[in-house]
Amino acid sequence: MASLGRPCSWAKCMLRRQRALSLRNIRQIFSGSCIDASDGLSDEQKHIQQMARDFAKNEMAPFMKDWDQEEHFPRDVMKKAGELGFGAVYCQEAYGGTGLTRLDASVIFEALSTGCVSTTAYISIHNMCAWMIDEFGSETLKETWIPQLATMDMCASYCLTEPGSGSDAASLITSAKKDGDNYVLNGEKVFISGAGVTDVYLVMCRTGTEGAKGISCILVEKDTPGLSFGKKEKKVGWNSHPIRAVIFEDCKVPIANRIGGEGDGFTIAMRGLNGGRINVASCSLGGAHASMEQVRDYFKVRKQFGQTLENYQYLQFKFADMAAGLIASRLMVRNAAIALQNKAPNAVPLCSMAKLFATDECFKICNQALQMFGGYGYLKEYPVQQYFRDSRVHSILEGTNEMMRLLVSRDLLKDR
Amino acid sequence: MSAYRVLVGCKRVIDYAVKIRVKPDKLGVVTDGVKHSMNPFDEIAIEEAIRLKEKKLASEVVAFSCGPTASQETLRTAMAMGADRAIHVEIDGKEAETLQPIHVAKLLSKVAQEEKIDIIMLGKQAIDDDCNQTAQMTASLLNWPQATFASKIENDNGSFKVTREIDGGLETIKVKLPAVISADLRLNEPRYATLPNIMKAKKKPLAKKKPSDYGVEVKAHQQVLKVEDPPVRQAGQKLETVEDLVVKLKDGGFV
Repeated sequence: MASLGRPCSWAKCMLRRQRALSLRNIRQIFSGSCIDASDGLSDEQKHIQQMARDFAKNEMAPFMKDWDQEEHFPRDVMKKAGELGFGAVYCQEAYGGTGLTRLDASVIFEALSTGCVSTTAYISIHNMCAWMIDEFGSETLKETWIPQLATMDMCASYCLTEPGSGSDAASLITSAKKDGDNYVLNGEKVFISGAGVTDVYLVMCRTGTEGAKGISCILVEKDTPGLSFGKKEKKVGWNSHPIRAVIFEDCKVPIANRIGGEGDGFTIAMRGLNGGRINVASCSLGGAHASMEQVRDYFKVRKQFGQTLENYQYLQFKFADMAAGLIASRLMVRNAAIALQNKAPNAVPLCSMAKLFATDECFKICNQALQMFGGYGYLKEYPVQQYFRDSRVHSILEGTNEMMRLLVSRDLLKDR
Repeated sequence: MSAYRVLVGCKRVIDYAVKIRVKPDKLGVVTDGVKHSMNPFDEIAIEEAIRLKEKKLASEVVAFSCGPTASQETLRTAMAMGADRAIHVEIDGKEAETLQPIHVAKLLSKVAQEEKIDIIMLGKQAIDDDCNQTAQMTASLLNWPQATFASKIENDNGSFKVTREIDGGLETIKVKLPAVISADLRLNEPRYATLPNIMKAKKKPLAKKKPSDYGVEVKAHQQVLKVEDPPVRQAGQKLETVEDLVVKLKDGGFV
């Protein structure tokens, strides 16, 4: 890094030009190419994708750097997204959802992620929560919450992980004891996206005995007495939404707020995560695709040893490898989305495998893109490092990629 | 005050952000596998028509396009933004390549008469040919008033007060209806189609027609001889004195 020092005038010029290239001109330079994201989609899906990409280009990409550096939660932009129908993409239309399929949702989150991976990831978590209410909640809960969540007037958080239970989610200890018409919640959730700024928390807690069967899912509204939050965590990425601990101290919640029956909570949480895994993998796809757009523009501008970088075979071949990895990931994610939509018996391992493969592969693509930018890749002026940092966590949350391997191998070794 | 029926013309053109490449035979530009979208000025026209409907000044917005089958995608976009129905006049292959504003104007005027249209809203020009002729020709064929380069439209009891962007600045005129209006850049900012509207669009009626249905011939009367890239920008030269500059200009025959 010593040779970089302060940017010289040439570098400043490069920077200005690159900024012009990267932030305002994220034109779809890959349309018609081998990594065109609209390949294989129906006309309607292409429209949806185009609209989502336009939204990402105009409303998100110009601000993603500021949101990351200022750790700003862009509620106004999320409301705009909600008005377009992005708040409850795969919830039924009956209660205000958009009524689209899992594949449509994957296409949407992939497109939005080109504008900001972190914000889109939060929107996808919000969508997962809305779906859990839509699929398992009572009529009253659906009527009350889906319309507000669909427009993103209200935002939701998904609370499963605890200090003592991450991958071993079923061992959670946050308790919910019956007291008249209420549950009294005690315990702590950790790493909760949106905690402290969202309006509604879906909390997996123990109403019964130990193990998965003793867990229920309860909706807790913000400002409920006994609900408090830990400090806002400082993270490597995903900075456009806060992450905090969620603390319950004799927090009274009406029994009517329980989603599904007692003991259904773990199933609800896991079924929510199947979709969540496709969504987060889709966010990885968008970040990787956007990184490749950045790289392509850079290759045509940056010169060393008398030639632009696009002339070097090593870089050409590496770029081709990135493309192959991206397509493989995209196909796997879309295939899993279709399987989930059709309630295929192997949907769970397919979603796990897609999440495992796509998050790792797309992070590699972002990492490689950063490398290809040389020293500039390491500067926060350039977006590649943000796609890199934001997508790093996708291999960890919504089920670690190690746990994904557990789910896939379990399916492979099942007695058939 | 009765509500108007609005016809909006949309053209499917190569997307504004694409790097245009000339075909090897130098008779046109590459369109295969190239991203196309609705002409940006037509999007502005559609948006204005939808706003008229929202203000209850328009009762129906009909989107119109002539060209190959792929033009139907553009019409679905128009319906996703809020147009009620669409008319596609199918013009294929060679004829589509040689289609001129006069042909489109003839079709538009026939459609307007058949559909009892009160306002024809068009983009001021298409970004592929930059002709800026269709609106003017259509108005002439129908003998309707025209308000081109509109940057603001206001209702005025059976007429429209239209602010036009002209070379000298802004000009405000009053046009009696029925009229033809062409949209300029600053007229409005087109909305994003909402997801529910994109889904509804595929159910809205799209009528498929041929030029012969309207008694219009779209025979080519022009032939493209050559299409080439603009000349590559040459490097400039830094000169020491004004005298040197004058010598260079004289040598180059510019003075």
